[in-house]
Amino acid sequence: MSSHYEAPIRKPLIIGDKNYHDVTVDVARPVEGRANKQWWIAFAIALAAFLWGVACVAYTVGTGIGTWGSNKTVGWAWDITNFVWWVGIGHAGTLISAVLLLFRQKWRMAINRSAEAMTIFSVIQAAMFPVFHMGRPWLAYWVMPIPNQFGSLWVNFNSPLLWDVFAISTYLSVSLVFWWTGLLPDFAMLRDRAITPFTKQVYGILSFGWSGRAKDWQRFEEVSLVLAGLATPLVLSVHTIVSFDFATSVIPGWHTTILPPYFVAGAIFSGFAMVNTLLIIMRKLSNLEAYITVQHIELMNIVIMITGSIVGVAYITELFIAWYSGVEYEQYAFINRATGPYWWSYWLMMTCNVISPQVMWFKKIRTSIMVSFIISIVVNIGMWFERFVIIVTSLHRDYLPSSWTMFQPTFVDAGFYIGTIGFFFVLFLLYSRSFPVIAQAEVKSIMKTSSEKYKKLHEAHDNHSHSEHNHH
Amino acid sequence: MYTFSSRLKTFAFILMVLGALGVGYSFFTAPSTVEEAEAIVAAQHHGGHGEAAHHEAAAEGHEHSTEEAHAHAEPATDSVVVEHTESEVAHTAPDSVSPVAIEEHQDTIAVTAEAEHDKASPTGDAAEAGHEGHEAHSEVAAAHEGHDAHADHDAHKEHAEHVFHQLQNKPWAAVYVAALFFMLISLGALAFYGIQNAAQAGWSPVLFRVMEGITSYLIPGCIIVFILLVAGVLHFHHLFIWLDPAVVAEDHLIQGKSGYLNGPFFLIRAAIFMAGWIFYRQYSRKNSLLQDEATDNSYYKKNFKAAAAFLVFFIVTESIMSWDWIMSVDPHWYSTLFGWYVFASFFVSGITTIALITLYLKSRGYLEYVNTSHIHDLAKFMFGISVFWTYLWFSQFMLMWYADIPEEVVYFKMRIENYNLPFFGMVVMNFVLPILILINTDFKRLSWIVVLAGTIILCGHYVDFYNMIMPATVGDQWFIGAGEIGAVLFFLGLFILVVFTTLTKQPLLAKRNPLIEESKHFQY
Repeated sequence: MSSHYEAPIRKPLIIGDKNYHDVTVDVARPVEGRANKQWWIAFAIALAAFLWGVACVAYTVGTGIGTWGSNKTVGWAWDITNFVWWVGIGHAGTLISAVLLLFRQKWRMAINRSAEAMTIFSVIQAAMFPVFHMGRPWLAYWVMPIPNQFGSLWVNFNSPLLWDVFAISTYLSVSLVFWWTGLLPDFAMLRDRAITPFTKQVYGILSFGWSGRAKDWQRFEEVSLVLAGLATPLVLSVHTIVSFDFATSVIPGWHTTILPPYFVAGAIFSGFAMVNTLLIIMRKLSNLEAYITVQHIELMNIVIMITGSIVGVAYITELFIAWYSGVEYEQYAFINRATGPYWWSYWLMMTCNVISPQVMWFKKIRTSIMVSFIISIVVNIGMWFERFVIIVTSLHRDYLPSSWTMFQPTFVDAGFYIGTIGFFFVLFLLYSRSFPVIAQAEVKSIMKTSSEKYKKLHEAHDNHSHSEHNHH
Repeated sequence: MYTFSSRLKTFAFILMVLGALGVGYSFFTAPSTVEEAEAIVAAQHHGGHGEAAHHEAAAEGHEHSTEEAHAHAEPATDSVVVEHTESEVAHTAPDSVSPVAIEEHQDTIAVTAEAEHDKASPTGDAAEAGHEGHEAHSEVAAAHEGHDAHADHDAHKEHAEHVFHQLQNKPWAAVYVAALFFMLISLGALAFYGIQNAAQAGWSPVLFRVMEGITSYLIPGCIIVFILLVAGVLHFHHLFIWLDPAVVAEDHLIQGKSGYLNGPFFLIRAAIFMAGWIFYRQYSRKNSLLQDEATDNSYYKKNFKAAAAFLVFFIVTESIMSWDWIMSVDPHWYSTLFGWYVFASFFVSGITTIALITLYLKSRGYLEYVNTSHIHDLAKFMFGISVFWTYLWFSQFMLMWYADIPEEVVYFKMRIENYNLPFFGMVVMNFVLPILILINTDFKRLSWIVVLAGTIILCGHYVDFYNMIMPATVGDQWFIGAGEIGAVLFFLGLFILVVFTTLTKQPLLAKRNPLIEESKHFQY
């Protein structure tokens, strides 16, 4: 795929004196060991939050959507905010596994597995909102174009909400297949190391009989490339379609053409922040510091900085064009955001999304794990408020002043959101104990070019004969 | 070292001479009086040309009146708010005579006034326009009854003047589109170069000297575009109608924007942007050459930092540049996506140019270390960014089509009605053909395939810029003739001359770039 020569200026991606076996052992350890007390505490908290969310959803479905804070003017609020937020978070996984694969970024190999897992778990959270924000969720299957006994009553394919159905379901399925394909060699590794018959049986089923022959590897790589090629436009189109929910409308503040790429940039931004949050904890708790290095965190911070700047340019573009358009409603939408009753959410969003990533220009800051962790959380708060600002501030004051109103969430709104966070962590915690969280097969493929040990060997070797490399 | 082959040099000179002749011819044949414009239009009709959409309508029998309706509908199509048109209609309507024309007017007014009401008119200006629309409506109705033969002449004269302005714009617009296109190709290559530096790409350093050669056109290119912008401010041409005080005087919307759209500020912005781009280009080229002779990586590091700084400067200035130099030819229309859309268009053109010049130099035996893997990577970028361009094109088009808000949808209505073939043809050239040709891995390694796809992409993006500028400046009087082809040939010749001259100045391989070894051994 790529050449075996690597420039000396590139820093090692695998730290320490690791060999192939060390990688296997390090990756398998969390799966083969037993969960400690901290894990059980974290799991219990996540489970409690999840169950509370289930209760709130049950209450909503049983009693009616009026238990939420949405009203006649603000028909979409926390539900769609959370939906877009979760979908956005999911995007980084595909970005890391697909786009970084296309750009041959070797550093993705230590983080792609967890990022993909994060994608799948957050898309699951996201997918619940479109269902449960319906007034009659038990008729949700009507959104599917299924032949039926109503004289074949069909869906209208002109609605972005229907496109959402196709986008999200396709996205979830493709991500799942992509992720699972990559897991085959790693499950096989766990299968081959299993001591108990039960785990052998389980990982034997999960690994689909992977035997790692040359032909299999060749096809495996080809499939990964094709899926990466498909997942990249998919990931762009999914968040684009989500942005169409707003941009196709005629609401001032919503109807703007920059929304598709700007939502995608925001998704990468928030998704990478979430990956950073999770991996900073995981590398510590699972003893994976040799693979998820400070350089990985630094590079993720750089992606956050770049996408944060793109989002910043988009904010300024929207502001400028609102003025330039000469459309009073458009101008007011932005004045309202900055100075209206939700000014605090707008300025919170601006501070978190535009200013906070700019500190990453300083190497000291972007290589500090503590600061990275804080900023990664700040960014996700900011991105939640971005969606909230776009949705609520555009709705609560638009064309007719007689329809102006406010939005106040209820505990049920919050409960559903907390429930999805709980559910996400339930899934992620279970994943981190039962799945190989680092794609060991991939990491092994960069061992000889990018590990600290081999880099030192190369260096010593290079001093003797430089010409050797020229004949690969 | 590369030596500029005398044949290529001669070829470049021939292109420039032919191009200059074409441009000169188009300026020479542009009408200098209204009467001449009338004669040209008349000749087009009798000659039975069918190239512009409105001529087809003419064939329906009421040639004259359709023309007239067009003339008045025209500004409305170009511009967003009806107010401008409305007042025009209000002035001319009482005099006008042809019943068909009046019907057409009424339609326009009814539609626009209705639209204003539906939307509860976004601006005070537009609200006024709505009222004016009503007045005009009744006036038209009155005029309908009491028309006289004399008035016909006045309306006709107004139309002729309108066509006269469009025809006068035509040679200028042709030069402007070509000058801008080639300058932006160079800027696109510079952005790619900046990204490659900032990303520490391991495959591309063997192509850096080629990229630096292409970006050398930035200086003459920027100077020419700047001169054209100055010419606009000095009223030598009328491509930017907001520079015309007479237009601004009766246009409330443009007046509202004049804090931004005014001659001096426009030129200052342009000067700052161009200076910034050129500065980065010169600075990084200098460091790149110094790195060849250095003993450490300090110049490489300087270039890395400069690339990061440039990319920040670039993303901001590029957006503003696209509003200033392109979007403002339709001063009533706006789109937030526009800057990024323009970027995708010239970025892919820049990468394509890098691929084409690399292939040319390779075929002459100059680029020892460039192999099919490098070409493959460039072709992948051509493919990927073509898809990205289409994504942005579609997003902008579909969102406006879907919401169908009159202020913005007129932009596409005008283009679909009068520029149908170029508008949809460019989607075929910039998306359908590249995606079909370049999806195959083996094909991306074949020189002739990449040249074929590259040629289609470059032509397609020329048409893209053509579609952005022409509808607002020449309207339905567009035609790709001596002026347009001449301008492209002239700038192509100049581009070849400048770029290949720069390539002769330094060795084509960056020697001490810390990533050059990776690049030399790059295999994919």
